[in-house]
Amino acid sequence: MDAFILQILNGLDKGSAYALIALGLTLIFGTLGVVNFAHGALFLIGAFCAVTVQKILGISFETIDPTQTDFLGNPLKVATPYVEKWLGTDMGMAIQDWSVPLAIIVVIPVMFFLGWVMERGLIKHFYSRPHADQILVTFGLAIVIGEIIKAFYGANPIQTPAPSTFIGTVDVGAWLGMDPGSVAYPTWRLVYFAFSAVIIAGVFAFLQFTTFGMVVRAGMADRETVGLLGIDIDKRFTFMFGLAAAVAGMAGVMYTPILSPHYNLGMDFLVLSFVVVVVGGMGSLPGAVLAGFMLGILQSFASMNEVKALIPGIDQIIIYIVAIVILLTRPRGLMGRKGVMEE
Amino acid sequence: MLGLNTRDFKLFILVCVLALAAPFLLNPFPTASALGESFNAGYPALMQRFVIFGILVIGFNILFGLTGFLSFGHAAFLGVGSFAAVWMFKLLSYNVVPAIILSVIVAGIFSVVIGYVALRRSGIYFSILTLAFAQMMYSIAFSDLAGKMMGFTLTNGETGLQVYNDDPQILMGPDSPTTPHFFGLEMNSQFTWDIGGWSFVFQNGYYFSALFLIAAFYLSIRIFRSPMGLMLRAIKSNQTRMSYTGINTKPYMLAAFVISGMYAGLAGGLLAAMDPLTGAERMFWTASGEIVVMAILGGVGTLIGPVLGAGIIKYLENIVSKINDSILHQWFAIMPDWLDNVLVTIIHPFIGKGWHLTLGLLFMAVVIFLPGGLVQGGEKIGELFRRKKTDDAADGAKTPAE
Amino acid sequence: MSKSNFSRRGVLKTGAIAGAGLALPTYLSAASHTGYTNAPTGSTVKFGFNVPQTGPYAEEGLDELRAQELAVEHINGMGDGGLLNTFSEKNLQGDGILGKKVEFVTGDTQTKSDVARASAQSMIQKDGCVMINGGSSSGVAIAVQGLCQDAGVIFMAGLTHSNDTTGKDKKANGFRHFFNGYMSGAALGPVLEKEYGNERQAYHLTADYTWGWTQQESIAASTEALGWTTTQNVLTPVGAGDFSSYIAPILNSGADTLILNHYGGDMVNSLTQAIQFGLKDKQVNGKDFTIIVPLYSELMAAGAGSNIQGVFGSMNWNWQLQDAGTKAFTKSFGEKYGFPPSGAAHTCYVQTLLYADAVTRAGTFNPCGVAEALEDFDFDGMGNGPTSYRGSDHQCFKDVLVMKGADNPTNAFDTLEIVEVTPRAQVEYPVDHPMFAGGDLGACNPGA
Repeated sequence: MDAFILQILNGLDKGSAYALIALGLTLIFGTLGVVNFAHGALFLIGAFCAVTVQKILGISFETIDPTQTDFLGNPLKVATPYVEKWLGTDMGMAIQDWSVPLAIIVVIPVMFFLGWVMERGLIKHFYSRPHADQILVTFGLAIVIGEIIKAFYGANPIQTPAPSTFIGTVDVGAWLGMDPGSVAYPTWRLVYFAFSAVIIAGVFAFLQFTTFGMVVRAGMADRETVGLLGIDIDKRFTFMFGLAAAVAGMAGVMYTPILSPHYNLGMDFLVLSFVVVVVGGMGSLPGAVLAGFMLGILQSFASMNEVKALIPGIDQIIIYIVAIVILLTRPRGLMGRKGVMEE
Repeated sequence: MLGLNTRDFKLFILVCVLALAAPFLLNPFPTASALGESFNAGYPALMQRFVIFGILVIGFNILFGLTGFLSFGHAAFLGVGSFAAVWMFKLLSYNVVPAIILSVIVAGIFSVVIGYVALRRSGIYFSILTLAFAQMMYSIAFSDLAGKMMGFTLTNGETGLQVYNDDPQILMGPDSPTTPHFFGLEMNSQFTWDIGGWSFVFQNGYYFSALFLIAAFYLSIRIFRSPMGLMLRAIKSNQTRMSYTGINTKPYMLAAFVISGMYAGLAGGLLAAMDPLTGAERMFWTASGEIVVMAILGGVGTLIGPVLGAGIIKYLENIVSKINDSILHQWFAIMPDWLDNVLVTIIHPFIGKGWHLTLGLLFMAVVIFLPGGLVQGGEKIGELFRRKKTDDAADGAKTPAE
Repeated sequence: MSKSNFSRRGVLKTGAIAGAGLALPTYLSAASHTGYTNAPTGSTVKFGFNVPQTGPYAEEGLDELRAQELAVEHINGMGDGGLLNTFSEKNLQGDGILGKKVEFVTGDTQTKSDVARASAQSMIQKDGCVMINGGSSSGVAIAVQGLCQDAGVIFMAGLTHSNDTTGKDKKANGFRHFFNGYMSGAALGPVLEKEYGNERQAYHLTADYTWGWTQQESIAASTEALGWTTTQNVLTPVGAGDFSSYIAPILNSGADTLILNHYGGDMVNSLTQAIQFGLKDKQVNGKDFTIIVPLYSELMAAGAGSNIQGVFGSMNWNWQLQDAGTKAFTKSFGEKYGFPPSGAAHTCYVQTLLYADAVTRAGTFNPCGVAEALEDFDFDGMGNGPTSYRGSDHQCFKDVLVMKGADNPTNAFDTLEIVEVTPRAQVEYPVDHPMFAGGDLGACNPGA
């Protein structure tokens, strides 16, 4: 039972990462009709925003400490971050400790801006081109973004730990009335799950309950008519692109303590998130979220030792098997609309 | 000639010349010169890759170029072809004939099954289905899941499958060659022709593959010009209408899918015949993505584009990735130091380990500005010249009249 | 538009080229005058440094490259000479090798066997290298070793820790300086016994490829000899990223020890995640839960940060050793690059020197001569104490370091501390040891 609950938690956690990326992908696809292969790269940029914030907070000046020596026997250069000098050691260290949550504040405007630039500068010119061209140009962009990150940060993963308050585990078992300590789950992963839930709910609420969201939804359903009503739908769609980029960016920032980011992270997530979107149904927001969580949980169960004893290696191929089965039995995915992307 | 119209025949002759004279064409600079050391690409291993990936992309183009169905999992067929070939080396002997035959057959079988399922959907759903199948096959090969189920080594996981001295090799005679050979003609034997500062290498394996390229190219022209080719293009422009006219499009699509899968299998078999080791990584989805990139870069739906695209990518991968800062400094040695350093700093991110960046930018530029690939670019330039020429001709025609 | 190009001048030119060329063809599969592949003819000789510059092991590869450049400098007489000053053989005078200056080309293996072989082929066929050095994965090392055997050049394997490299996949043209999984197990055993006793339940997470398999086998054998039980061995795909679904089942499996047979980025991720799941703070069977990482590297330690504190592992070499060789190498590397060398860098540097020295002793670059000079060769002063290449499997035998994540690192470079230098005798094994059985060294191949 405890192993079961652990895997459900794991699945929810994985699923929330998939769902967040798939949500952004679907937002872009649903509004602009563009298949964005660079969406994983937006997630990657978000993750490296966290790295950058951490690096900036760590910018230091060097003083030479004659009492200590370095590995060559020369006097040791001691690096002290400016933050600690200006704000005092305690405050400075606390701020550095909280660099990941701080990065959230930075990432929203940065990603909004990048999304805006990407849409106006590149994607706009591809609305009238075939979907294959959109896939290809964004695939190229994804390669370029990954390589630029590599040129700046190298190829090795970079540690970006969560604030020390969130390190350690939460005794989920005790909440559920089980023996204390039987189901312990990392705090940050629970935070990540809660964070995703809030973002997903926020996006849905925004689309559902604001006038802006209503117009966007109307535009998703029938772009021309909305345009004829005298509403500048393009501007709103550009905004939605920025929003999707910001969602991906935030997902990236929050994910860094779970998985140290490296330049290929975007590509790793890309394939999975596309499978998620297609399983959910292209253009369906609830479908994307549902498929994200479903695939996350299935994958977690497939990696239980008991399951793998029956079918070795099932954990590595389960997602693809599910994708194939769903696409063949439900041609438009779980909740897809008719006539989307079938030309 | 050969059942081709004049234009196609010229193209065919061009490919024959390119393939057969590659050792000369790819070694334009003297071997020991700085340019030669950096830019010459006429060594057997790379030339083999040019033609083998050429075959692969020609096959991919039959599917994507004619039908518009974008397969994101084509590398999987290349992989199974390679595995089949290496298994033939392990079980029978180093003769490449059974290996290549089996690799084509096995890739054909896989593409029938996958094609039958994947072609039930179109658009991005088809792409994702092929991607899912290919990734599944990659995972199975990478962790040797099939082998683990059956209790023996089938793909040997990340290490890669290779031939060991204690393999059965039942057709191996006592003095059979111990490297891949075509009835005794060893693939890695070569002629070296040193002349002046140049050194041209003619390798059996390369010419063996080049003949396959020529045959593959010829077949692809015939397919493009056949009634089936027309039918496939009709499907590309409007599949629904084709169905409404009462034509069952499925068999045509499946045929195209299987043919292109068999091309990939052939390429895989040849890769193994040139170098008898194979690993699962050549099935990874980025390898499939690379095939797409090659096709787009050269020009989808054109005949010669795929060959060009494959050549360019392999050239970048093998030549540009080896240029490092010290080579750059050599080039700019005549310039003043500050200029040398500035130039090296500017170029540095695009060469050596940064070659992917060059590739990504080049690829984006092609997709944005030349949707028809470099072939379209070439045509545009050609048109420019032609217009000039016709202008000149018109002038010439006028002059005497005056 | 096309016109025939058979002008008289064109034909004459072609004829002349053909005539001049016909005089000189050489058919390489027949014995030619040089007698071996890529025999250097001019005043230089070329090495190929084939390392991952992209992909998950790129940092290791780049560090290897730095060390190899340094080695070439020292062989050519630049810099401070580094280990040449402490090396027990004194044949290298800083004037190149046999009077030839050393040049090198570099390639990117991307940690993929196919790409690595393509890159090595271009080094051999295009650049004319007589020796290939480096690499950072056993899968790649085995693939390239096979290629070098067929092509007739010497392969000095870089960072490869699988038993198979000098076991069932050993080749006469291939040499390994690095240690292997068996040696890690033999060195770690006694330390683990002293530290954690004889009753432990070990749970293995293992990278699913040759290196993971052989290391897991070796570590399981040596810990089981102490009385430990191996409760479970779970194979994980390379590059899995998120290992949480593999780690969660450990919590309630009854195991009190986790052995991570992971390397590079995978190790950084799995260790970090294991600690996030609170494994280190757990008490199982009345014992503190422990984690062991049998193969360590400085670069991994840097990636894992404070998570490695107190975690045991083993290494081939570490810059904190106090012998003259280590000091000399750390000094010349550190002064050039500003940080201490990694174990991978050391191995690749030493191998370059060993190869150069073997050539001078053999008096030829012929791979068969070089192989003969390296086989059963004893040397010292390279930072590992007295070392020897065994002739029958081309494996180096030397002391092995048992390391621990330092509890209180004082700077970015001493995150690991040396717990014990396991003497060479303790990690030696017979050439027909079952973990290394099934291979065939074959005969050396000079190519050409």
